[in-house]
Amino acid sequence: MSVLAVDGLRAYYRTSALGVSRDVRAVDGISFTVEAGEIYGLAGESSSGKTTLIKTIAAATQPPLEVVAGTITFNFPTGPIEMQRADRRSLAPIRWRHLSYIMQGSMSVLNPVRRIRHAFVDFAFRHIGQPKSQFFDTVRAHLARLRLEPDVLDAYPHQLSGGMRQRVTIALATVCRPEFIIADEPTTALDVVVQKDVLAMIREIQRELGSSILFVTHDMAVHANLADRLGIMYGGRLVEEGRTADLFRSPRHPYTAHLIASLPRVGDTAPKAGLSGAPPNLADPPAGCRFHPRCPRASEICRREVPPLEPLATGHRVACFHPEPA
Amino acid sequence: MSALLELDHVSRSYGGGLFARRQVLAVNDVSLRLEEGRPEIFTVVGESGSGKTTLARMILNMVPTSAGTIRFQGADLATIRGAAARRAFMRKVQPIFQNPFEAFNPMKRVDRYLFATARRMADVATDAAAAEASDTALKSVGLSLAEVRGRFPHQLSGGQLQRVAIARALISKPALLVADEPVSMIDASLRASIVNLLRELRDRNGLTIIYITHDLATAYYVSDRIIIMRQGRVVESGDARAVLDNPQHPYSQLLKSSVLSPEVPPGVSHA
Repeated sequence: MSVLAVDGLRAYYRTSALGVSRDVRAVDGISFTVEAGEIYGLAGESSSGKTTLIKTIAAATQPPLEVVAGTITFNFPTGPIEMQRADRRSLAPIRWRHLSYIMQGSMSVLNPVRRIRHAFVDFAFRHIGQPKSQFFDTVRAHLARLRLEPDVLDAYPHQLSGGMRQRVTIALATVCRPEFIIADEPTTALDVVVQKDVLAMIREIQRELGSSILFVTHDMAVHANLADRLGIMYGGRLVEEGRTADLFRSPRHPYTAHLIASLPRVGDTAPKAGLSGAPPNLADPPAGCRFHPRCPRASEICRREVPPLEPLATGHRVACFHPEPA
Repeated sequence: MSALLELDHVSRSYGGGLFARRQVLAVNDVSLRLEEGRPEIFTVVGESGSGKTTLARMILNMVPTSAGTIRFQGADLATIRGAAARRAFMRKVQPIFQNPFEAFNPMKRVDRYLFATARRMADVATDAAAAEASDTALKSVGLSLAEVRGRFPHQLSGGQLQRVAIARALISKPALLVADEPVSMIDASLRASIVNLLRELRDRNGLTIIYITHDLATAYYVSDRIIIMRQGRVVESGDARAVLDNPQHPYSQLLKSSVLSPEVPPGVSHA
């Protein structure tokens, strides 16, 4: 059974002022599953709806954002939970114990005026359910696993380097051995040398715990090195999904194909073309396929109808009327 | 050949005042020379804290050097005094910043930046002439005044807005552009077009561009020459392709080996 099943999810930012109501359709009909023990990569540029999607999955929706349709189901050992209608009481035992997060800005996760140890107490103490002394032994053992000295518990966030801070947030997110981790651009703010270490560490701890990770980043090179499967978002919809290797080897959606072809590589000076046009305005998206105004393969049907996300080969789905040849 | 820009053992330190505990050398003994009449893309690569932005700010004459001299077209930047002289220098050396959404005031229409620059920097007296100068600059970045007139920053995409920022820099017909991470905030589908634009400006407009980045892949794609900085020092310099194909300094080698390849590594089992 899938750990996470998202089905027909629509989440809109709904505003109304002076009798004019407006919907920004940031997530517009998304279905996918994440299996136990896999890293599912979610790629997309700014305003593609990826942050809105993870907000709704984490049940962190606040007005004006609301879930308009669809379901988000987590299957945890404690039983299934539907996030779109979960209330505070049912979420409290789930959060951090079964579902945790690694955020982009480690500085805004850690309280700058409190020592690191307090963060562990706040986040994990009640879930782990051990007396204090034993609890800190557990935390120290876990920190050692992430190659952090136990001294970091007594440090303030500003005393640690960016890479160490991000490892502390990874330790925080994994200390309760959750089944599911949402990682939102966890390495984007880091230097390349540090980024490589942090990614290796995420991979290592994920293998050890057997957790599933929903890994969100716009950086395709990170996905190539980490994700088992990859979903590509464009204009609030999933346009392609497949095993990472398949997607990189033979992308079928023109948008994915462009993303992969335009990646600069060290050692490659062949001219790269930019994509013309601009990302769609989700308050007033183009009819039919949202990519059609920028698509080199667009035809009449693309302007009229929304292409469904359909399987092409085993485990490879694409939403396009004219997919690239395999 | 005469030098367009010449840095002679330039250093910059911060702190170290009466009560400061320690002094930080942000840039430490950097020398470089860009030739007049030989347009090129000169890339400065380094991690955060390597001093690359401080170097850019010194070249833009926004901060003075602590030691050493910077000469632009033969004139020492430290000797520039007075509004007129400053303006003459700014005409010749223009910046492009990282995040176009922060560079533009969200409450102000973007064309006003273009017109103000035209009036102040390009000796344009009338509205019509300002519009014409703006249109010419916008056309050289693949836009036109008709597309941006009356628009606010949020009505343009990141790529378009960065093009407007580059067009604004071009109005005064500069000889040198200093671009500090101009593509790192731009979406992947638009990034290639901005990087290509830098190449075009070099080849078509004969501009020399100092391109500051942490991204070795785009550096390889556009650069003619490169310097790799670490903790304020230049650890390696030379022809960009030669340096990146075969880095000599251990730090350059580490940097290159840390770049994630967009190829799916064959060893990884994607079960």
